[in-house]
Amino acid sequence: MNGTLAHYTKKFLAITAAGLLAMSAQAADPIRIGSFLSVTGPASFLGDPELKTLEMYVEKINEEGGVLGRQLELIHYDDAGNASKARNFASRLIRSDRVDIIVGGSTTGATMAAVPMIEQAQIPFISLAGATVITTPVKKWVFKTPQSDRMAAERILDDMKSRGLTKIGLISGTGGFGSSGREQTLAVAKEMGTIEVVADETYGGSDTDMTAQLTNIRGTDGVQTILNFGFGQGPAIVTRNYAQLGIDLPFYQSHGVASDGFLELAGDSAEGLRLPASPLLVPDSLPDSDLQKPIVEAYKSEYEARWNAKVSTFGAYAYDGLMLAVQAIEKAGTTDKEAVRDALENIQGHVGVTGTYNMSADDHNGLTADSFRILEVQNGSWKLVN
Amino acid sequence: MVAKLSEFRLKGLVFLAIVVFALPLFISNPFHYSLATQIALIAGAVVGLNLLVGFAGQISLGHAGFFGLGAYFSAIMTSHYGWSAIPALIVGAFGVGIIAWVVGRPILRLKGHYLSMATLAVGFIIAIILNNEREMTGGPDGMPVPAFDVFGWELSPFGQYSLFGMDISGDLAWYLFAGVVLLVAVWLAQNLIDSPIGRALRSVHGSEVAASVVGVNTTKYKSLVFVISAVYASVMGALYAHFQGFITPAVAGFEFSILLITMVVLGGMGSTIGVIIGAVVLELLPQVLADFQEFEMVLFGLILMLTMIFMPKGLLPTVANFLAKRRSKSAGGDA
Repeated sequence: MNGTLAHYTKKFLAITAAGLLAMSAQAADPIRIGSFLSVTGPASFLGDPELKTLEMYVEKINEEGGVLGRQLELIHYDDAGNASKARNFASRLIRSDRVDIIVGGSTTGATMAAVPMIEQAQIPFISLAGATVITTPVKKWVFKTPQSDRMAAERILDDMKSRGLTKIGLISGTGGFGSSGREQTLAVAKEMGTIEVVADETYGGSDTDMTAQLTNIRGTDGVQTILNFGFGQGPAIVTRNYAQLGIDLPFYQSHGVASDGFLELAGDSAEGLRLPASPLLVPDSLPDSDLQKPIVEAYKSEYEARWNAKVSTFGAYAYDGLMLAVQAIEKAGTTDKEAVRDALENIQGHVGVTGTYNMSADDHNGLTADSFRILEVQNGSWKLVN
Repeated sequence: MVAKLSEFRLKGLVFLAIVVFALPLFISNPFHYSLATQIALIAGAVVGLNLLVGFAGQISLGHAGFFGLGAYFSAIMTSHYGWSAIPALIVGAFGVGIIAWVVGRPILRLKGHYLSMATLAVGFIIAIILNNEREMTGGPDGMPVPAFDVFGWELSPFGQYSLFGMDISGDLAWYLFAGVVLLVAVWLAQNLIDSPIGRALRSVHGSEVAASVVGVNTTKYKSLVFVISAVYASVMGALYAHFQGFITPAVAGFEFSILLITMVVLGGMGSTIGVIIGAVVLELLPQVLADFQEFEMVLFGLILMLTMIFMPKGLLPTVANFLAKRRSKSAGGDA
């Protein structure tokens, strides 16, 4: 316990020193952007590109003169995908680091654990997690950049409908992403009325063979198409099993596997499958008239040049989050929390990598299902269909 | 002084009470209060686990399962069925006690690694159930938990309260509440240890064969202490859920089980104050090390390794031993 006391004494001294310095240079007081991300742990594939994106763009914005003439300061913690850690770090960002705005929360659990505290502390928060519950019902201080799984389900079912496919065999993972996706698919199908889910199978996160479930679906009367909602390696195995069984029904995957890594895992078996995805996967096929094209291309090339790694859809959520935050602060002309929140809520036509954001008092996500593009795998790479 | 403190239960309790109530004089940041509250609640669960591990010598690698059950029972009952927090906590603890008794009877016949494996499996089963019962638990994404209420009076970390004419923030109120709960938990544990049951348990730890030869019903006492430690975990889990306001199945997960047992081993098996220190260290370290970002895990592992190599008996017993030796040396020198 002595160690912690010493730590806090040291910290106190550091803060006092920092305070003195700040007084001498009031004008250069930075805008503090807080972030808690799952940089390590099971959700690191989300948090890692998100952190890299935030770091490089905060740097870039600072080189270009900052925001409102002030530099940005990024304060970030790693919640390792653990909800109670996320809550602790959100608390630390708000109460100890006194940040002006928070951009973070890689997973739905981490986001939702921090939400009660953020609402109470009245600080604008832009989440990078997917589930519908984050912004439905609308919470005054909470915004998010990724499309919800509900929109993915809508987009997929719409595409099926336009191809005249109305009887779906659904197979989903039992993880957070898969089970939430399954729920939303069932709900959307019910609302649309014309589409019927005739088979509903699930698999566990560490299962290595899904032929039993696929055989069940194939044996179901009248099934016209198969949809897999899942994350990680599960969908790749489903895709391989699908090819091994020689099923020739149209096959759909969710946006959860929209990455080049999935193509490598699934190999030739992925040929012909469709999924909803961010335009980030096909920047070259976008028409020149597409407003997103220059932004998508710039993000992709800057990220890949800086980190020497493939760009990912998840990093793009952080890019959009940071840019929305910057735009809101610029529009508000201050870092006053209430003013920034109001500015965020009134953002219209903000073109990001993920889509075009039109925020409003009853939509704190601002995207529509159209922001997803339907891609098809042709000759081992993504092709834009719609 | 430390040596004496760990010897006498009352002195240990007084020492702990002084620390708990003096702490608000040194901290004022609400974030530090919320951290201290969490530590106190987790320390309470660790004190219970120590009865099983430190005194009866039985390893449980699934204790987070009971913590999670208590947390989720209270969360589900208060949010879906409109129960008040206190009855939910008591009924939950009772239910968890019964579950522990039912699974404890057969698995406590196992010894050593087999016992650890069985408790590990129990923890996993509980975590899987919490993950899959989406309707009730919200699945892997977790569920919100209402504030802790006592007879219509709500204790929320965001509220404002007045106590003896002083205005205190909700964080401080929660901290004081958690501190009192921890003191009660320690007091009960110390009394149990110094009772005939406690002596029977220590004889089981020393040698199960010898204990049964002199007439100790080892199975009965092992089940009893397993149930008691599960009830401790359940109560603390329920309070933890209300304090956090949001829980995910990670509270019942394997990693948390390991963390709990590490707190016991690091702090000093069989020393109630020691295991509390273990909880304090292991909860604070990640916060202190968060400043080092990428080296966090490396430093964390290094500190644990060095502690176990140089202090195999745990922090408090080693320091106490060291001080006792020095005193006897200096006393010898004087004579």
